[in-house]
Amino acid sequence: MSAPSIALALRALRLTFRRPQFLIPLFLMPSIFLAVNVGGLTATTRLPGFPETTSFLAFQLPAAMVQSLMLSGLQAGIAVSLEIESGFFDRIVTAPVARLAIVVGRLMAAAVLGAVQVAFFLLVGVLFGADMAGGPAGFVIVLVLGALAGVAFAAIGLAIAFRARQASIVQGLFPFVFAVLYLSSAFFPEELLQPPADTIAAINPLSYIAGGLRAPIAFGLQAAPILEGLLVTAGVIVVASLLAVAGLRWRLADGS
Amino acid sequence: MPSRALESTGVSHAIVTSAIEKRYPKGGTYAVQGVDLAVEEGEVYGFLGPNGAGKSTMVRLLVTLLRPTSGTAFVAGHDVVKDPASVRASIGVALQDAAIDPLMTGRELLELQAVLHGLSRRDSAPRGALLLERVGLSSAGDKRVGEYSGGMRRRLDLAMALIHEPRVLFLDEPTTGLDPSSRLLLWDEVRRLRDQGTTVFLTTQYLEEADVLADRVGIIAGGRLVAEDTPEALKSQVGRPHVHVVLLNATDRERSLQVASAVGDPRPGVTDHCLDVSVEDGASELPALVRALDEAGIAVAGLDVVRPTLDDVFLQKTGAHLTEAEEVVA
Repeated sequence: MSAPSIALALRALRLTFRRPQFLIPLFLMPSIFLAVNVGGLTATTRLPGFPETTSFLAFQLPAAMVQSLMLSGLQAGIAVSLEIESGFFDRIVTAPVARLAIVVGRLMAAAVLGAVQVAFFLLVGVLFGADMAGGPAGFVIVLVLGALAGVAFAAIGLAIAFRARQASIVQGLFPFVFAVLYLSSAFFPEELLQPPADTIAAINPLSYIAGGLRAPIAFGLQAAPILEGLLVTAGVIVVASLLAVAGLRWRLADGS
Repeated sequence: MPSRALESTGVSHAIVTSAIEKRYPKGGTYAVQGVDLAVEEGEVYGFLGPNGAGKSTMVRLLVTLLRPTSGTAFVAGHDVVKDPASVRASIGVALQDAAIDPLMTGRELLELQAVLHGLSRRDSAPRGALLLERVGLSSAGDKRVGEYSGGMRRRLDLAMALIHEPRVLFLDEPTTGLDPSSRLLLWDEVRRLRDQGTTVFLTTQYLEEADVLADRVGIIAGGRLVAEDTPEALKSQVGRPHVHVVLLNATDRERSLQVASAVGDPRPGVTDHCLDVSVEDGASELPALVRALDEAGIAVAGLDVVRPTLDDVFLQKTGAHLTEAEEVVA
């Protein structure tokens, strides 16, 4: 991690926390969904095929987490688009900084923010009576996976931003977040989804990321979902980061 | 490197371009077309032209934000296409509009810029403080930039461009939109940089700015370099100064033309009350002209020495005044 990457990461974090209009929805919107789902749909745990869980709240916490992480990924893209539009990005790229360092700086900030986001929802869970099935080790796993998922979604946001260039275009993808979310097993077990939603959920990477976050909270330290979650998250990071770097290079070569 | 011939003159060049062009695929229009430049080290080079003439595109080519369609460009001895990283390490850039993050403080931005240019975190704080003081922003250093005036933003922008003591500084329309006092402050800073030996490539649409600040001026119109020399040499190409005489009585004009021919080369003015006397210098012939008119009993309402301006140069080269050229050359 180079000094420029760290400086850019600190700047990105500083700006995130200085933009309450960006920050608050990351926590508020998923909290509202969480409250509505837990308040009205707890009876679904009695449906045949619903897995044994410590509580419906514990089961729903990962859904709130991935929703929040996806929104922050989109916001990372919007922030970069705004920098491109304002010309601030030109200032960064006329400095003798490796292009990779620019992307890495943003992703480092996303990792820290991701950990903060999942910690917030864990705290909400604890305050409202959810047990941490995986204990302290599970807590650490959730933090690590949350940070990595934050990086993955931010990398997707950057890849889109470098191509789109306009914040309004990136912002227009907001409904897509919910489509991807509902076409995964983040809210409900895959077994309870009807075709073709169950098929889509089976191939949706978000299902595995949510599954990896869910296991330590709701079921315990189950190796398979946690490893699947880590692997899928790593895969998304690699692919999206490559796309982001390629997008940045394309943008700089295009220059307009 | 195409500057070999230039090097043989014994002059070092901070910027050299050869037939550089930028053509945009959409519409195939040329933003910059076949421009040759040779900016000497330590020189303030003014790049003068109306909006849309290609000034900013030229800057973006030289600071590696754009790739040229053809031609070559070297900045601080480095090829902008083959070795952009070395170019970036040698230059300071203040682009148009002073794109500065409003949510960060001046000090934070300077320290970030310092780290991006390779200074350690330990060194970046004192360097940032020094530059804040230099541009008169010490007391505002910890305020968010959103609270800054336009002039303060421009000064911070300049400080950020100077954080690593660049060899070549690019200022893209640095005073556009500034009030007169902020403009003068920025001019003083540019002069100070020249005195320290920094090469300054300055684009402007203001005639006075190019005239006052630049050692040499390049005039760009429609993406082409149409003239280049020192401001004085460019103006002397257009013609000599003249004394504009306003007569009290229009009936004296014919006689005043005869009298003035002893001092210079007179011609009738645009109204019956006026004549213009072309002279060698202006100031030195003025007393003789006043005396001659007075001795002839010709009453004068006003006299004015009019020297050629860079706008006259622009007019001669492009057929339009700089102020009205935006529509003509765009």
